Amino acid sequence: MEQLSLHRRMYDRGLRLLLRLAAALVCALLAGLIGVIFLQGLPNLTWAMLTSEPSVIRNITGILPNILNTVALVAGTLLIALPLGVGAAIYLTEYAASHRLAAVIEFAAETLTGIPSILYGLVGMLFFCQKLGWGSSIRAGILTLVIMILPTIVRTTQESLKTVPQSYREAALGLGSGKWRMIRTLVLPASVDGIVTGCILAVGRIVGESAALLYTAGSAAVLARSLGELLTTSGGSLTVALYMYSMERGKIEVGFAIASILMVLTLLIDLSAKLVGRKLRRN
Amino acid sequence: MDILSTRGLDLWYGDNQALKHIDMDIPERQVTALIGPSGCGKSTFLKTLNRMNDLVPAVRVEGLVTYRERDIYAPGTDVTWLRRQVGMVFQKPNPFPMSIYDNIAYGPRIHGVRSKARLDDIVERSLKGAAIWDEVKDRLKKSALSLSGGQQQRLCIARALAVEPDVLLMDEATSALDPISTSKIEDLITELKEHYTIIIVTHNMQQATRISDTCAFFLLGELIEFGQTTQMFSMPRDKRTEDYITGRFG
Ligand SMILES: Nc1ncnc2c1ncn2[C@@H]1O[C@H](COP(=O)(O)OP(=O)(O)O)[C@@H](O)[C@H]1O
Ligand SMILES: [Mg+2]
Repeated sequence: MEQLSLHRRMYDRGLRLLLRLAAALVCALLAGLIGVIFLQGLPNLTWAMLTSEPSVIRNITGILPNILNTVALVAGTLLIALPLGVGAAIYLTEYAASHRLAAVIEFAAETLTGIPSILYGLVGMLFFCQKLGWGSSIRAGILTLVIMILPTIVRTTQESLKTVPQSYREAALGLGSGKWRMIRTLVLPASVDGIVTGCILAVGRIVGESAALLYTAGSAAVLARSLGELLTTSGGSLTVALYMYSMERGKIEVGFAIASILMVLTLLIDLSAKLVGRKLRRN
Repeated sequence: MDILSTRGLDLWYGDNQALKHIDMDIPERQVTALIGPSGCGKSTFLKTLNRMNDLVPAVRVEGLVTYRERDIYAPGTDVTWLRRQVGMVFQKPNPFPMSIYDNIAYGPRIHGVRSKARLDDIVERSLKGAAIWDEVKDRLKKSALSLSGGQQQRLCIARALAVEPDVLLMDEATSALDPISTSKIEDLITELKEHYTIIIVTHNMQQATRISDTCAFFLLGELIEFGQTTQMFSMPRDKRTEDYITGRFG
């Protein structure tokens, strides 16, 4: 009896130690990663770098074009993917008469979210850059990203639409409401937290995307003089610039500076997704 | 005068026939109770009367259903118009996640009422009509979800009244409530029948005898007996009705 409980206590203590070690290891890895990036990156990050166009001749390192390219990619992609994705999700969950068709589309969307992004890049390059003759350009990058994140937006929107109780819909229709009015006044307000959270996470994916963009949006770092020029010419995002500086140009310190910017952005995006979701749920 | 009538009404969910050749005439400004064991088609029948069955995929309706002599399944019928005339209160109270005021104003706003003064008036009248005004008049801007179950159900009745319906369908509207709330709603139904035609589904025989004038007994999708409540409960014509109301099955 004595023996057994001693044994069990040892076993318990050992197990707890192992679990604590695992947790500590994960934390250490995370802290180490963040630490290395910030320690190497932040000292190299200067105001001049953030606000200037690079020039080899004048020996200027600048990532302003890459920042603007990233902003353009995020804004352009969301501008197209958001209405399209939310619209498709509303159609699938609220209108589609054929539930078989809706199920097939849902399955397809689910599968598409798991495909490695480089495949989207390949297809985007073949279609937009070559077939349509757009070459490497921000617009090719935007459309490729739209295709890439559309399934995610459709899925997250559908999931949040499905959490809206059926009884709201019945009550509204029972009062003589039309379908669209019911969706606008009850279904969307009740699911907006999920939709917004999904969007913010999609922004995170866009900001962090590199493979699909290397193929389609290119890697140039030139300030465009107009929106038209910005969209139709090659432009590297921050992630692509990170790759170019550290691998092609051997300026690893610039790479780290960009990495610390991306790190801060990612943290901000995740944090705002959490805050916004919580805030909207409370209202 | 009959306000709603069905002739040879059949309804299928896929291959499963839930209503079999129902002929019924529902008298105006009376309370009609639908009784029968669960699964016999009471809710299904109720929902054919304002076409809430349209929401169910793979449902098929045959036969004739008329509201004030109009075939409500005729092509071109305006379903939103129909549902405004024939309102519905559900088994579980289902207020919208908005303020008490906005819950009541929801229907009138759909139907184009914009003026604040008119909305205020409709909200007050509907809440009074559903005997809940005194309990909520000081907190109209509070969330409807903060009310108790019984209050929520009366709110849902008020919400249905706010669009000025002609008929009110109530599917076991008191089955989720405590006895005090139930008796409040029963009193309310008795008052409402002065202006409205009311059709209730109930599992509760006492309730049917207390508040209904006419009664319909369903069994396995068939209408077994239909007539005056007092007559049906004192001298049922059909053996199966007698067995059911004396509690021998169901
Ligand atoms: N949405 C539905 N889809 C398929 N079958 C249904 C649906 N609703 C009800 N039924 C079937 O129709 C029959 C009658 O159901 P219902 O009208 O709900 O009965 P009651 O209200 O009398 O309990 C039952 O056999 C039930 O299983
Ligand atoms: Mg029922």
